Amino acid sequence: MGEPTPRQRTVIATDSKPVMPPYIKMRYDAGRNRWIILAPERLFDPDPIAVEVLKLCDGARTVGDIAAHLSNEYNAPAQDIEVDIIAMLQDLSDKGVVKA
Amino acid sequence: MNEIAPSPEGHVKEGTITMDAGEMRCDANPSSPTAPDPSCVVRAPIGLLAELTHRCPLQCPYCSNPLELEKVNVELSTEDWQKVMREAAQLGILQVHLSGGEPTARRDLEEIVKTAAEAGLYTNLITAAVLLKRERLEKLKECGLDHVQISIQDVDTQAENADRIAGYKGGSAKKKEVAGWVRELGMPLTINAPIHRHNIHSVEAIINYAVELGAGRVEIAHVQYYAWALKNRSSLMPTRDAFMAAARLVERKREELKGIIVIDAVVPDYYAKYPKPCMGGWGRGIINITPSGRVLPCHAAESITHLEFDNVRDKPLADIWLNGDAFQKYRGTSWMKEPCRTCPRREIDYGGCRCQAFALTGDAANTDPACSLSPLHEEWAKVADVESHQSPPAFVYRRPGGATPKPAAEKTPVSSDA
Repeated sequence: MGEPTPRQRTVIATDSKPVMPPYIKMRYDAGRNRWIILAPERLFDPDPIAVEVLKLCDGARTVGDIAAHLSNEYNAPAQDIEVDIIAMLQDLSDKGVVKA
Repeated sequence: MNEIAPSPEGHVKEGTITMDAGEMRCDANPSSPTAPDPSCVVRAPIGLLAELTHRCPLQCPYCSNPLELEKVNVELSTEDWQKVMREAAQLGILQVHLSGGEPTARRDLEEIVKTAAEAGLYTNLITAAVLLKRERLEKLKECGLDHVQISIQDVDTQAENADRIAGYKGGSAKKKEVAGWVRELGMPLTINAPIHRHNIHSVEAIINYAVELGAGRVEIAHVQYYAWALKNRSSLMPTRDAFMAAARLVERKREELKGIIVIDAVVPDYYAKYPKPCMGGWGRGIINITPSGRVLPCHAAESITHLEFDNVRDKPLADIWLNGDAFQKYRGTSWMKEPCRTCPRREIDYGGCRCQAFALTGDAANTDPACSLSPLHEEWAKVADVESHQSPPAFVYRRPGGATPKPAAEKTPVSSDA
């Protein structure tokens, strides 16, 4: 059997390990000069922050790890970043773009 | 890189079928190449609806294929479709919807999927599922198929209603089996349910069924009344009350199932407030190719009898998209008449649907009667209301030649032959 049917909403928290499943494809679209996310009959338009976060979502790093990493990189408070990315990842999880 | 600052959401917008960037310019004004006509800015299309064949074992009376179905001997070859896929990717298309008819009726589907995937297209298979075998689905996945959408007719336990609507006995059980394989293979699944008066009572059961199957999306797709559906409108139109109840139900289920399944709903425009921005605007984001290679701005465009369509056998896809008469005819807003021309919503709904305007007013440049500003609107909306309360006539099933009814009464066809 493959993945079990999700019966519960995934709630993204500090210790969640988000990842985009293989059928969600984030790629750079040279013609349009932007990043895009391709999903089943859907298209998402990530801004540069989202691209940065999603590149770090490898299923091994936790949300806390990602926030800490970005906090170092951009010299911003990790807590603020975490609040921001949890909201973003929750939205993407609800749309099936991210699993955790 | 922008500063990372807390903001509740909005880092990832859902793309519409036309994105802001990726503008192209057409060659409509070659005499002054330094000063291109600004009305001629054309965006690269996002989606390709590839109708690989009009053959289909099902006979759904709301089929969106034209009444005159194309025959197998005019279908594009494998090489033609492979060329189309490469040209589509070069043109900027991101997603291809492999549809029909029933796309799995083509034995070369694997080769077409493989070429599309190699070209970088996101591949969606839009299928009735009844012809699929597990080995073939595995093969399609290996070839790079990204997503499977399975249409269903109803979820009644004995499948009598579902199989009656499809005109195909045993279809319902087979679809369920295939949906299971899709999930076992780890592929994302969408369940698509065209909704009409014969199944509108099942909307909640359909959504629950999609959850049970492990689908990530379910489409509650109220029938759009063109082609076969228009022919069967008096059999299919739900009452306004039934539609409103279904719409409220969808809202409730969306809340209840947030994070478990995405519910998309397509509203019947007979009961909508404004016309729909058909195809997101004519020639803005979508290309449709028929089994014989005719390139259409929408799948119903051939119903506008004076339009001429190019064929992928004769011209490159980019040329057709940019310069083809059928695409240029109603692209943008300059073709509009009043009340569209000065309407503040002209770039929101683009005057609605050209095919519906043509069918009901005789002029595709008129306002779609779905718009309350159309002089025909009231009369048009009343037709739906009246029909929805009458006893439904028998279906005119979708099959070659079926649109010209014979004098004898229609018998419900039941066939298990593929």
